[in-house]
Formats: sequence, C-alpha cells, structure tokens
Amino acid sequence: MRAQISERTLRTDRWWLSPLLTVAGLGLISVYAAIRTFMNDYYWVSEYHYLTPMYSPCLSAECVPAASHFGQPLPELPGFLTPPIFIIPFLLGFRITCYYYRKAYYRAAWMSPPACAVAEPHKTYTGETKAPLIAQNLHRYFFYAASLLLLVNIYDAITAFVGEKGFGIGLGNIILLVNVGLLAAYTASCHSCRHIMGGKLKHFSKHPVRYWMWQKISKLNAKHMQLAWASLIFVCLTDLYIALVASGVIGDLRIVN
Amino acid sequence: MGYQGNFRVWRGDEDGGGLEDFTVEVNEGEVVLDVIHRLQATQAGDLAVRWNCKAGKCGSCSAEINGRPRLLCMTRMSTFTEGETITITPMRTFPIIRDLVTDVSFNYTKAREIPSFKPPKDLAPGEYRMQQIDVERSQEFRKCIECFLCQDTCHVIRDHEENKEAFAGPRFLMRVAELEMHPLDEGGRTVAAQETHGLGLCNITKCCSEVCPEHIKITDNALIPMKERVADRKYDPVVWLGNKIFRRQS
Repeated sequence: MRAQISERTLRTDRWWLSPLLTVAGLGLISVYAAIRTFMNDYYWVSEYHYLTPMYSPCLSAECVPAASHFGQPLPELPGFLTPPIFIIPFLLGFRITCYYYRKAYYRAAWMSPPACAVAEPHKTYTGETKAPLIAQNLHRYFFYAASLLLLVNIYDAITAFVGEKGFGIGLGNIILLVNVGLLAAYTASCHSCRHIMGGKLKHFSKHPVRYWMWQKISKLNAKHMQLAWASLIFVCLTDLYIALVASGVIGDLRIVN
Repeated sequence: MGYQGNFRVWRGDEDGGGLEDFTVEVNEGEVVLDVIHRLQATQAGDLAVRWNCKAGKCGSCSAEINGRPRLLCMTRMSTFTEGETITITPMRTFPIIRDLVTDVSFNYTKAREIPSFKPPKDLAPGEYRMQQIDVERSQEFRKCIECFLCQDTCHVIRDHEENKEAFAGPRFLMRVAELEMHPLDEGGRTVAAQETHGLGLCNITKCCSEVCPEHIKITDNALIPMKERVADRKYDPVVWLGNKIFRRQS
C-alpha cells in the first residue's frame, strides 16, 4: 500500500510551462508548414536560383522546370496535392520518430507524463510495445532517408551561388548555407546515427575510426534537443525568406553580383 | 542567520496518514535532512526517516521535496525562500512503511531477475584483459548509488502499478545496458531487455535522467542505446540479413 496522497502532484514550480511552450511551438510550425505545403507557389526565386528546402527535390510535372534539379519523373498531382507530398512523409517521419521529439510530444501533447512526478491522466499504459508506437523502432530508416534529402539540400545551397546573371552571393545564399549546416548537425547528432557509427560496437579498441566518429557524434548528440529546435525553426525562416523574395515582397540583399 | 521555516511532512503508515504542519528552525548552510533531524529531536521524536551517510553517496534518504524526487541530504535549504512552505513526502512509487520510509524491495526483486556477468568460457577469473576505452561506457553506470529516485519518478510504474511485474525500471535497464556493453560479457541481453525487462514500455521521457543525483545520462547512454540494439535484433531486416549472409554473431 502506497502512502495516501490525493494530490496529482505536489510540485510548486511552473512544471506546466515547458509542455505548454512545446505544444505552442510545434503547433505554430505545423500550421506554417501546412499552409506553405498547400500554397504551391513562391518556392523558387528564378533570378538567384533559390529553392526552399520545403519543396526540394521538386520531382513532379507541375514544378517550375528550373526548380527541378533532378528532373520531373513524377506526373502532375491531382486535386489539392502538391510536390512536397513526396518528401514530407520522410522528413516528418524522421522528426516524429526522433528520440528528442518523442520525449517532447509524449510529454506535451499526450501528457505521458506531462512533467516528472506529475501524474498522467491515462488509466492504462503500454509504452512503445504495441502498434502504432512500436513503429518508433523504424527511426533509423527515416534517418537514412533524411540523410539523402540533406544531400539534396546541400546541392541546392551550392548551386544557388550561380543565378541567372552568373556567380553571386546574397543573403539568401547565407541563409541556405546556415540552414543546411543546422540540418546536417541535427541529422548527425541523431541517436540512431550515434548507434550506427559506433555505439553498437562491443569493442571500441578494435575499431579506432568508428570510435573516433562515435566520440564526435556523442558530443553533438548532447545538443540534440537544441539542434532539433534550431534546425526546425530555421527551415521555416529559410522558407519564409525565399517566399518573400519570390513573391516580390522584399528584394534579396546582394553582397556580390 | 537562522529563521523559523514552515514545513509540511507526510506522517502515517499503510493504514492512512496525511500532511502535518511544523515550524522548525533553519540555520545557514543546512540541508533538508538537517531540518528533519531537528524536527525529530524537538517536536516529533517518532518521525521515521531512513538516512545514513549525509553525503549523497549511500542513496538512503530518498524522498520527495515539494513534489520532486530528491535526496534529503543533498537538497540545500538555501534553494528555498524563507517564507516558502516546504512539503516533504515519501517516494510515491513504493509501499509505505512509516512516515518518510518506504519499502524498496521491489528493486531488489528486479535486480535478482538480471543474470549476472557471463565471461567467456575459456577465461578464468584473473585472466580478464580489457582496454580502458572498451569499459568506460559501462563505468558511467557504476556511479549509481541505488537511491531509486529514477525508479520512483518513472511514470511507467509510478502511475501504473500494474506494470511493475513487466518493467524493470530505468535503474535495472541501465544494469542490463552495462552488462551488454561490457567487452567480455557473453550474456546476450538484447532480446531479454525487451521481452523480459520491459524496455518497450519506456517512452524515453527522461525523468530518470532529470532526477539522478549522480547525473548519469541514463536515457541517452543506456536506454536509447539499448533500444537501438533491440531494433538491430528485432526490427531491422537489413541487419538481420547482413548477420545471416556474413555469419556474424549478432
């Protein structure tokens, strides 16, 4: 028999603030991403060859031809579907199954638990032992897919240095570079990446290169939460900047040419 | 400078109990356990509290202070304001014995369920040779003082008593990880972590890491690496196929 304490929690600090901010942040970003996905416009700046990461790679027939760096092997999409529909499942899958985001939304959205030592409202609990949550174990496959998409984003960021007037550097280029830097850091700091690169080994001494990589990734992994938020917010800011330039609301701040 | 502090302490046993108010003198440099001892000495001589080293190394004085699982001896009074009422309760997850003392034998039962270190058959004690870089991951987990605050805060058993049968808790899943990562252990513990010790019930919300007084990164360094090893064995057909083709021991 446990001690009879009727209160759900006796915590006196603002334990509810963190889940509230998490829900608000993820909610705002989801709404923004949904609007931009279904807008199907202002994703390509033809003058400077800026392509927003939300539409990259642009693979269907309705894409602006110059924005399709890897051709248009897919047909025009019916109804309200837009080109990002082919990449969003992988990007969303990577974030949803990410060990940090799992902690964040299990706490903030599902309240399981809402905070440490605060009772959750659910009567039963099976964790990640049953469908659909057992699918969280597929995180490594989304990591592989996200790594390929990251290479595409890096390619986009590099090719954006050559616009219609030849080589040039603008604020958009710097934003695209910072964006891929943050995405690369977030992807490399992933727990699955840490495991694949060396964490799974029993004998580090027999694999010095993988041990070295594991050490570096472990340092990044300690900042996984910060990188998750920074990369997510910066993808939206990158997209917003490109949308504003593409729609003519603002001009690109040019540094060279 | 000393002051009169306001405290609410849970008093009772398995038949019932509740929070009782006390006003106790608090002096500069004291921790919560000092105040509890003064309360015992001056107002509540029969107050039950388990303690031993007063140095954060024995893991005996685990309780909940203002609702947060903490060691009584490592919680400084200077972290509270003078006008604040401090609530001290026993760990919620374990059966109450009396006042602030709980029955933590659940943890000893779970400890016994984990098979001990299994060295290679051809090595006798004294012949074990290991590289430092191969054992240092496990050494982090050896810092555990078995205060069981991680077990107390884990919602899998704190909020769901019925899971105690199937779930070893973060402290003992960390023990499984420690053995699994040991360079000479041949216990093959990955599948057992999931199927016997309930690793799948953990949803990595990191409360165990937050409350650990030894600052062991239980979730990042033990539980998630074990989840990845389980994914290798049970949920990754590519690894399974590679092990079959190259005849690797997985």
